[in-house]
Amino acid sequence: MTIATAASAAYIVAALLFILALAGLSKHETARSGNTFGVAGMALALVATIGLAVDGEIGTLNLVLLVVAVVIGAAIGLQRAAKVEMTGMPELIALLHSFVGLAAVLVGWNGYLHVEADLDGTEANALKSLDMLGIHSAEVFIGVFIGAVTFTGSIVAYLKLSAKIRSSPLMLPGKNFLNVGALVVFAVLTAWFVIDPQLWLLIVVTVVALALGWHLVASIGGGDMPVVVSMLNSYSGWAAAAAGFLLENDLLIVTGALVGSSGAYLSYIMCKAMNRSFVSVIAGGFGIEAGPAEDKEYGEHREINAEGVAELLTAADTVIITPGYGMAVAQAQYGVAELTRTLRERGVTVRFGIHPVAGRLPGHMNVLLAEARVPYDIVLEMDEVNDDFAGTSVVLVIGANDTVNPAAMDDPSSPIAGMPVLKVWEAEHVIVFKRSMASGYAGVQNPLFFRDNSAMLFGDAKDRVEDILRAVSALQPTR
Amino acid sequence: MIIGVLRDPDPGERRVAATPATVEQLAKLGYQVVVEPGAGAAASFSDEAYAEAGASIGDPLVADVVFTINPPPAQRLDKLAEGTTLIGMLNPRLDPGLVEDLARRPITALSMDAVPRISRAQSLDVLSSMANIAGYRAVVEAAHAFGRFFTGQVTAAGKVPPAKVLVAGAGVAGLAAIGAAGSLGAIVRATDPRPEVADQVRSLGGEYLEVKAADVEVSSTGYAKEMSDDYNDRAARLYADQAREVDIVITTALIPGRPAPKLITAEMVAAMRAGSVIVDMAAANGGNVEGTVAGEVVVTANGVTILGYTDLPGRLPAQASQLYGTNLVNLMKLLTPGKDGELVLDFDDVVQRSMTVVRDGELTWPPPPVSVSAAPAAVAEKPAEAAPKPAKKPMNPLLVTGIGAAALFLLTAAAPAALRGHLTVFALAIVIGYYVIGHVHHALHTPLMSVTNAISGIIVVGALLQLGHGGPVVTGLSFAAILLASINVFGGFAVTRRMLAMFSRS
Repeated sequence: MTIATAASAAYIVAALLFILALAGLSKHETARSGNTFGVAGMALALVATIGLAVDGEIGTLNLVLLVVAVVIGAAIGLQRAAKVEMTGMPELIALLHSFVGLAAVLVGWNGYLHVEADLDGTEANALKSLDMLGIHSAEVFIGVFIGAVTFTGSIVAYLKLSAKIRSSPLMLPGKNFLNVGALVVFAVLTAWFVIDPQLWLLIVVTVVALALGWHLVASIGGGDMPVVVSMLNSYSGWAAAAAGFLLENDLLIVTGALVGSSGAYLSYIMCKAMNRSFVSVIAGGFGIEAGPAEDKEYGEHREINAEGVAELLTAADTVIITPGYGMAVAQAQYGVAELTRTLRERGVTVRFGIHPVAGRLPGHMNVLLAEARVPYDIVLEMDEVNDDFAGTSVVLVIGANDTVNPAAMDDPSSPIAGMPVLKVWEAEHVIVFKRSMASGYAGVQNPLFFRDNSAMLFGDAKDRVEDILRAVSALQPTR
Repeated sequence: MIIGVLRDPDPGERRVAATPATVEQLAKLGYQVVVEPGAGAAASFSDEAYAEAGASIGDPLVADVVFTINPPPAQRLDKLAEGTTLIGMLNPRLDPGLVEDLARRPITALSMDAVPRISRAQSLDVLSSMANIAGYRAVVEAAHAFGRFFTGQVTAAGKVPPAKVLVAGAGVAGLAAIGAAGSLGAIVRATDPRPEVADQVRSLGGEYLEVKAADVEVSSTGYAKEMSDDYNDRAARLYADQAREVDIVITTALIPGRPAPKLITAEMVAAMRAGSVIVDMAAANGGNVEGTVAGEVVVTANGVTILGYTDLPGRLPAQASQLYGTNLVNLMKLLTPGKDGELVLDFDDVVQRSMTVVRDGELTWPPPPVSVSAAPAAVAEKPAEAAPKPAKKPMNPLLVTGIGAAALFLLTAAAPAALRGHLTVFALAIVIGYYVIGHVHHALHTPLMSVTNAISGIIVVGALLQLGHGGPVVTGLSFAAILLASINVFGGFAVTRRMLAMFSRS
C-alpha cells in the first residue's frame, strides 16, 4: 500500500462520512452526530492530503507554509464562530461562501499556471497524450467562473445582510440582458480558451464573472435573501466540484456535488414558499409591478398598549407567535422566549408558526429561538400550524409582514397573490408589533392591519415585549 | 337581534339549521339564538347541547331572523312578525307558488339555494355542501343495495373483480361520488359535458369519458346547460355502451330551473346486468333515468335496482346540519358587518342581492343574472372575482428527466475516457445530495447550510495538492486558498456545533 492508494481510500471514506453528515443533519436527534461525522470526514481528508503533500517532497519551507496557512485559517474561523451573534448568522454564512468562491478562483488560476502557462511542460504533455488538454482548459475556465460569481455574489450578500449597503434591489437598465450577455461572453471565451489558452482570456473571464456575481446579487432585494444565500451555498458547492474536475480529485467532485445539489434543493423550497420561480427571483425586481392598486382604502387600524396585550395573553387558552425578520433586527428573541416561558407556566399553550422565508436565511427564526432556549418542539412549520389559527385565542405577529398578508389569498391583483401565507387573521385576536404603518418588503399594504380582530402595537419589538412581560407579572404575581 | 331555529314538521327531514357549534359562532356575531324544542333531535343534537352552547329553548317564530331548512308551511309563516327575515332553502326557481305567497307577507326572505357560484360566495353555498354529502351518500346507498364488493380481491375462495362505477355529471355531487367510490376500491368512470372538469375527475382517481362532439361547452354560470342534439346522440351512445359494462350508475345531471335531462333510457337499463344498481340523484327534479320514482326504490324486470331517494343529504343528518349551519354562520358574517347582532342587507353586494327573494314584502325575484365561471374562456369575469393566481405548475417531470438524461448522455459520450469516471461520480453524488437533503427538518435549515459550508471548504484539498508544485506565484496563491478554505472548514463546523447545542426539547 503506497501513500497514494491510502489517500484515495481515505478520500472514499471521507466522502461517505460527508454523506452521513448531511443525512444526520435532517433530524434533531441525529444532527449533532451528523456534525461529528462531518468533522471526522474533513479530518481524514486533510490528513490524507497532507500525507500526499509530504510524500510529494514539497520541501520544508512549503510544509511550514502549509501548516501556517491552516493554523491562521483555523484561528480566524474558530474565533468568528465563537463570537458570532445568532442574528448575524446570515452575514457569516454569506462571508464563508465568499471564501470558498475565492479559493476556487485561486485553485483555477493555479491550474492554469501549472499547465496552460507552460505548454511544453511535463504536466501539459501528459494531458495531451490523454487528449485531455482542451478539457483541462475548459475546467479551469468553468472553475474560475463559478468561483468568481460565488465570491462577489457572496460579498454583496454579506454587505446587504450586514446593512453596510442598501438592501433595496439595484435597477440597471436591461439587467436581464446584462446577465445573459455575461453568460454568452463566458461561453465564447471558453471556446476560444480551449483552442488557444491565452492569459488575457483568463483575466477577462475572471473580471466578467466578478462583475456578474456582483450584479446578480445587487439586483435582488433584502427579502429574497433566503433564496440568495441558499443559491450561493449551491454555487460554492459547484465551484468545489469544478475544482475537483480540474484536479481529477473524486473527493472534491463528490463533496461539491453534494453541497451543490443540497443548496439547489433548499433554494427550491424557498422559492416554493414564495410561489415564485427560481428565475424570477434571480431576475430580481419584486414589488415593482405593484402600484396603481395601492390607492385602496382599507379603513382605520386599531391601536393597543402593552397592558392590553398582557390582559389578552393571560386570559388566552392558546397563543401562536409568528416571528419575522423584524424580531431579529430588534433582538427581541430573548424577551419573546421569556414571555413564552411565563405564559406556559400559567398554563397557556404557546406555539410558534414559522413561515419558510421568514428571516434572511433558511431556518433563521428557528436558530434565533433556539438560542433563546425556546424548545424546538413548539416551533412549528407553516403547514403544521396553518389550520390551527381558527381555534387560537391570540396571535402575536412580531416583525413579520408579507408572510401574514391576507391579500396573498384574497386579492388576485396583489403582487404577492398566490404566495402561501400564515392565516393569522383566522384567530380571535391578532396583535401586530410594528415600528410604524410602513408597508413591508414587497411594498404591499397589508389589509391584516385593518381587520376588526387585529390591533397594532407600535414601537421597538424588544421594548414592547419587555413592557408586556412586566405587565403580565404585575397582573398576577407568580406563584 | 334574536335568531330562531325551526324544527321541521316533516318527519322525513332530519336536518336542522343550527348545531351547538354554530350557535356559539352566532353568539360571537352578537346574536341570541332560540331553538325550537326537539329541533336537532333527529340529527343527534339534544336540546341540552344547544342550551350548553348558549341557546335558549323556546318559540323560534317570534325571533327577528328565522333559520329553516325547508320552507315552513303556510300556517307557520302566518305567525311570523312583520319585518322578520326568513332564511332557508326556499327553492324559488322551481316553486313560483311559494315565491308569490312569500311576497304577500311583510317579511324578508333569503334563499340559501340561490347563492351565485362565485369564489367569494363559496363559503355560503349550501347547494355545494349538500351536493357533497349527497354524492358520498349515493355511493354508500349503492354499495348497500349492490350484492357484491366494490373493491377487487384475491381470496382463497377465488378472485373477485372490482365493481365498475359510472358517474354521470362531475359537479360537486359527482366529484364526491367519484372520490367515495374510488376509496371503496371501485373502478370509477365519469362523464360531463364540460371538458374542463376532466382534470378534477382524474385528480380523484376517476377516468374521464369524453363525449366527442362539435360543441364544447363553456359554462358562464358555473352550471351545465342543455346540449345540442348532436351532442346528445353521441352521449346516448356512450351511455348505452357503458350501461352494458358497469355495475353501478350514479347520475347527477341537473340544469338549474329545468327538469333533469333524461340520460339513461329504459333500453339502457334493460341492457344492464341483474344486480346492478342505479342511483338517480336528480330524482326530485324528474330524474335522469327512465323509470325512476322519486323517493322510491324500483327493481326492474331484469333485476336492476333504481334508487330514487330525494333525501340523500338528510340521510347524513348530523354532517349535513353541521355544514348547513356553517354556511348560515358565514352568511350571517356577511350580513352583520358590525358584528353587533344587527342584520344589514346590502343590495349592492351581488351575493346578497341574488339570494333575496322578498325584501320587506316586496318581490325581488328573479335577481339580475350574475356571470361567473371557472372556465378560462369566460373573459367577461369581473376582476374582483377572478380566481387567485394558481400555484406555479411544475414542468412535466418526465420531460425534465428526459432532457437531463439526453444532455448527460451527449456529454459523457463526447468526453474522453479519463473524464468519464469523474462524471459518473459527479452525477451519482448530485442524486445522493438531493435525496439526503429531501427530508431535512425545517428548523435545521441554517445548521445544514453551515455544515455544507464547512464541507465545501474541502476545496482546501485542492489547494494543498497544488502547494509546492510550481513557482512562487502558484505557492502564494495556494497559500491564500488554503488559508481561506481553512477559515471555512473550522468556522463552519464550529458554528454548526454551537447552533446545534442550542436546540433543546421542552
